[in-house]
Amino acid sequence: MTPALADAYSLAPVITACGFGILIIVGDAFLPRGGKSLLARIGVVGALASLAAVTLASRHTDDAYSGLIRTDAFSLFLESLIFVITVLVMLGSYDYLVREGLPLGEYHALLLFAASGMAVMASANELLTAFVGLEISSIASYVLAGYRRTASKSNESALKYFLLGSFATAFFLYGAAMVYGATGTTRLDVLREMFVAGRAPGPLMLLGCAMILVGLGFKAAVAPFQVWTPDVYEGAPTPVTALFASGPKAAAFALLVRILVTGFGAANATWFWAIWVSAVLTMFIGNLAALTQNNVKRMLAYSSIAHAGYLLVALAARSEIGIAALLYYLVVYALVTLGAFTIITHLGEPGERRLEIDAYAGLGTRQPFTAFCMTIFLLSLLGLPITAGFLGKFYIFDSALKAQLPGLAVMLAMNSVIGAYYYLRLVRVMYFTEPEQEWTPEPVTAGVGAVMFLTAVAALGFGLFPGPLMTFATISAQSFR
Amino acid sequence: MSPSYLSDYAPLLIHILAAMIVAGALLSLSVLVGYRRPSREKSEAYECGIHPTGDAREPFSVKFYLVAILFILFDVEAIFLYPWAYVFRDLNPGKSLAGFYEMLLYIVILLAGYIYLWRKGALDWNR
Repeated sequence: MTPALADAYSLAPVITACGFGILIIVGDAFLPRGGKSLLARIGVVGALASLAAVTLASRHTDDAYSGLIRTDAFSLFLESLIFVITVLVMLGSYDYLVREGLPLGEYHALLLFAASGMAVMASANELLTAFVGLEISSIASYVLAGYRRTASKSNESALKYFLLGSFATAFFLYGAAMVYGATGTTRLDVLREMFVAGRAPGPLMLLGCAMILVGLGFKAAVAPFQVWTPDVYEGAPTPVTALFASGPKAAAFALLVRILVTGFGAANATWFWAIWVSAVLTMFIGNLAALTQNNVKRMLAYSSIAHAGYLLVALAARSEIGIAALLYYLVVYALVTLGAFTIITHLGEPGERRLEIDAYAGLGTRQPFTAFCMTIFLLSLLGLPITAGFLGKFYIFDSALKAQLPGLAVMLAMNSVIGAYYYLRLVRVMYFTEPEQEWTPEPVTAGVGAVMFLTAVAALGFGLFPGPLMTFATISAQSFR
Repeated sequence: MSPSYLSDYAPLLIHILAAMIVAGALLSLSVLVGYRRPSREKSEAYECGIHPTGDAREPFSVKFYLVAILFILFDVEAIFLYPWAYVFRDLNPGKSLAGFYEMLLYIVILLAGYIYLWRKGALDWNR
């Protein structure tokens, strides 16, 4: 294999996604108005092809592009997750787009571009490459947030996301500049060698690391940088919210882990307390704020903040089992949240009118399958046994205890109990209350049904048979040796 | 890199401070001791000697914004070609044309975008 070809192999998923995105853009320009549904099919094929291209990338697990990109088990794990998310989001959003009369072409192209950016973030081994990935995914996300152009909430969401998001990426970039100023390199493996060789992080280095944390903390929606989350999640079109809550969060955590563990791993005393404090704040703010929400989208937005806190607990454990637990939980959380938002999309009705918790009253008798799936998702988010969410929390709890962090472990358990209140509240409304006005939910379409089924199977399957996923997560965590 | 290397920036800091002090002193001096005889002519907006007509804060078509954005996009493409041309030989060692094809790919991608916005009517002023 020539070096150029080997490099292209390691970025195969990204290249595939971009290629299909461009194909859709050009196709959109030439297809007649009635033939646009073809673009949605190309989109799904493109996402599936990118997922298949992850196996191509796995043939060349090494540094590529002079060390800017690193393909290892960790990046393959996250790329797989990201493209699975993309496929599911596409399947769940077709009927929504048709119902709301939104253009199909740009949507699928933007989803593929966003996914390619996230894949770059997952495999970047250098700060500026990571920044490019971050920007590719963010800019596509800003546009997607404002995709319902006529709805003022969607515009609000896009503008807030854009302003705060560009501010946060500026922080990231400034941090990268400071790290470069302090060390003369932006490559994470070179940084690691410096620390292993016994170099003490100076003040400029600490400042740089702190600013990178601020930038990524924003993207991952962890406290105290979570303020934008509920507004953006509420205003964005619901399928896009499903993406936001899963894909970019996974990519941001991938980058966070990669930078902190590879780059600053040997100097982890510098960031440990920042992550510790942030984990505690994120868990409590997310869960306590979710208690008072009446809008399902906002409630799940706060829930997604809380879950970012659980993931930070796993990161604070600073161990291989911690990272493995983080990866396992990330998969479970992303799929389950995606499923829950798909159901919200499905029940939303034109113009996204049905978003209040009370609007779900009586769903259990009117559409038992939907209510059943939603219950599985909520119980998995809550972390009840036999669901995958329980095992995920258990692994995180375990890693925190093994890292001598009983305080974090106890707070994790406390927050699970707080979370029970608002998750079970929705379950109660669905099964035990009758609606004030009679309503019939729209029939489940093939796409939405497939997403609901697949994510529900994942939520139960990974709970009953965690072996394969946990093995993959453990191997991925070992990439940082 | 020495531990005290932040002190390398001390001259820069002194320079910034000196600039601020000098500029501030000059401006406040002219406010304090300068003459002021304002007249209608003097307080008008300066438009290269021509009498100003109308208000500068007129609303103008939002289409200018789109055109400006598109212009920047393709302008940046053109700028990007210059450094590429400069290192063209280094990008194509021996007889390979790798650097050439890479740039060709880049331009094709931008061309796709161009076709898209043309077909969508973004360049059509009368839409």
